[in-house]
Amino acid sequence: MSPPARAPEQPAGTVSYYGRPVLKEPAWKTPDVPLYLFLGGLSGASSVLAAAADLTGRPRLARVGRVTAAAGVLGSLAALIHDLGRPARFLNMLRVFKPTSPLSMGSWTIASYGPLAGAAAASDLSGALTAAGRAAGIGAAALGPAMATYTAVLIADTAIPAWHDAHPELPFAFGGSAMASAAGVALAAAPLAETAPAARIALAGAGMEIAATEIMTRRLGLVAEPYARGRAGKLMLAARALTAAGMAGAALGRRSRIASAAAGACLVAGSAVLRFAVFDAGVQSARDPRYTIVPQRERLGRRAARAANTMPAPPPAPEG
Amino acid sequence: MAERAGLAGRLYGPLGEVAGDAGYAQPPPRAGFFTDTSVCIGCKACEVACKEWNLLPEDGISLLGSSYDNTGALGASTWRHVKFIEQPAASPRPRGEAAGGQAGDGGLRWLMASDVCKHCTHAACLDVCPTGALIRTEYGTVIVQDDVCNGCGYCVPACPYGVIEKRAGDGRAFKCTMCYDRIGAGLMPACATACPTESIQYGPLDELRERAASRLTQLRSQGETAARLYGERPDDGVGGAGAFFLLLDRPEVYGLPPDPVVTTRDLPRMWGYAAAAAVTVLACVLGSFTGRRR
Repeated sequence: MSPPARAPEQPAGTVSYYGRPVLKEPAWKTPDVPLYLFLGGLSGASSVLAAAADLTGRPRLARVGRVTAAAGVLGSLAALIHDLGRPARFLNMLRVFKPTSPLSMGSWTIASYGPLAGAAAASDLSGALTAAGRAAGIGAAALGPAMATYTAVLIADTAIPAWHDAHPELPFAFGGSAMASAAGVALAAAPLAETAPAARIALAGAGMEIAATEIMTRRLGLVAEPYARGRAGKLMLAARALTAAGMAGAALGRRSRIASAAAGACLVAGSAVLRFAVFDAGVQSARDPRYTIVPQRERLGRRAARAANTMPAPPPAPEG
Repeated sequence: MAERAGLAGRLYGPLGEVAGDAGYAQPPPRAGFFTDTSVCIGCKACEVACKEWNLLPEDGISLLGSSYDNTGALGASTWRHVKFIEQPAASPRPRGEAAGGQAGDGGLRWLMASDVCKHCTHAACLDVCPTGALIRTEYGTVIVQDDVCNGCGYCVPACPYGVIEKRAGDGRAFKCTMCYDRIGAGLMPACATACPTESIQYGPLDELRERAASRLTQLRSQGETAARLYGERPDDGVGGAGAFFLLLDRPEVYGLPPDPVVTTRDLPRMWGYAAAAAVTVLACVLGSFTGRRR
């Protein structure tokens, strides 16, 4: 029960059975799953933006938001289905409603959100059934924040150290990132006369994304390493740089068509790259058994220390 | 004994009636494996019997350079995996020569262990499965219904032991069923039947736990002070495993996580954080529209 005190029993450098991973790395494919995470967030935040634009009399901004929301959820769904080992069985996810499965909850969220977002966009573009279309848009906006954040729970609810241990911050990182991407599309595609709110959303979202990832990587300790190393580390830096550049562009260049478009592109790219970075960091943390074993060992050590403090004579049972 | 502290007991912690909790009216006693690695001779009869009975496809023939282990890991088509660990006999830890374990030539100590799906009380694979393909059987074991699985792969990173896996070319996830088809007919699982040393013992879990406790006492009294049980405690991170082990060294030496926790334990908190983030998103977006017109 007191692992740190004991002599190492394996040759230095081996923490596991022949250094092999303890966990299976995610079977999810790239780019399918990172895109699924990104597009779902983009769509969800765009719906909220669209509904607010609609209610405050910014029809062209609302249209951009609605079209982005509909295209995003379609793309997200397509990426999810493409990733299934048996794509024809996608509907099997709708045979149960299972609160312990974030993917089940996510599927139901998409299933209820998707048609609303699609109807809002179709009505806006065609001019048909405008009242129903606007109502559908409000409905989509109500579910939009869930779309923007549930994917964080989806990946955190695994044994993958870099994902699971990041569960407090990931929803804020993804939610902020979703806002930044939705605002990015709006900045790039909507007329300047209507994009003032989008610029503010960009600042809030990008700020939230950067703050959340910063807090997360500072708190995680050893498990933060995968976020700083290798491909994930480069992608994290790229995401940070793109998002910060987009933030600056949104703050300073909103009145310029070109600067707005460039800022928007940076924000969208930064948001997408963040998902690839987080995905990659998770895979890396599964591949190296240290990230599984060392934190668990430390936890056992702390528990043993606590037990030793409360009980006078600890039995020398080599447990754990 | 049945402790069901509301939602907490359902997701985490001791759970007396596993099959009962899953909705079976009068389930048979919970079935389990007790793998006593101290008597494992590394014959791999369990691996072969499992492959044969369950018609598992070949999944790679190669020399891995890890003692006699050329299997590598549990996976979609390997449901029993015999591990071979070679240790210097002159261990830095004071210890008499192993009562279990094999003192090989050249001052080596040889540990062998047949790994398998743990059939957790709180099974993350089952919790996260979005189709209901993974289910709890009346024996308290966990199986995949292959006609329901859509290959989403969520169970794969959810398992804290790295057991379940998607089969390449098939797309669905597979793992040990504890020979659901055999135990239902009153037979023992293929691996336990084939094991020549009773290293793999099958039976009612309660009985196995008692047997394991007395075996542990026996080994300790013989000087095997590092012997320990792994996965037998109902208060551990997965609520106790349906398949537990007697190990002669630390779990990580065998490639097992030292303190696995079912990820779903934290799920309510995760949804809480996500809800807070969602409200923040909503507030930020709506707030951005309340400022000046331009």
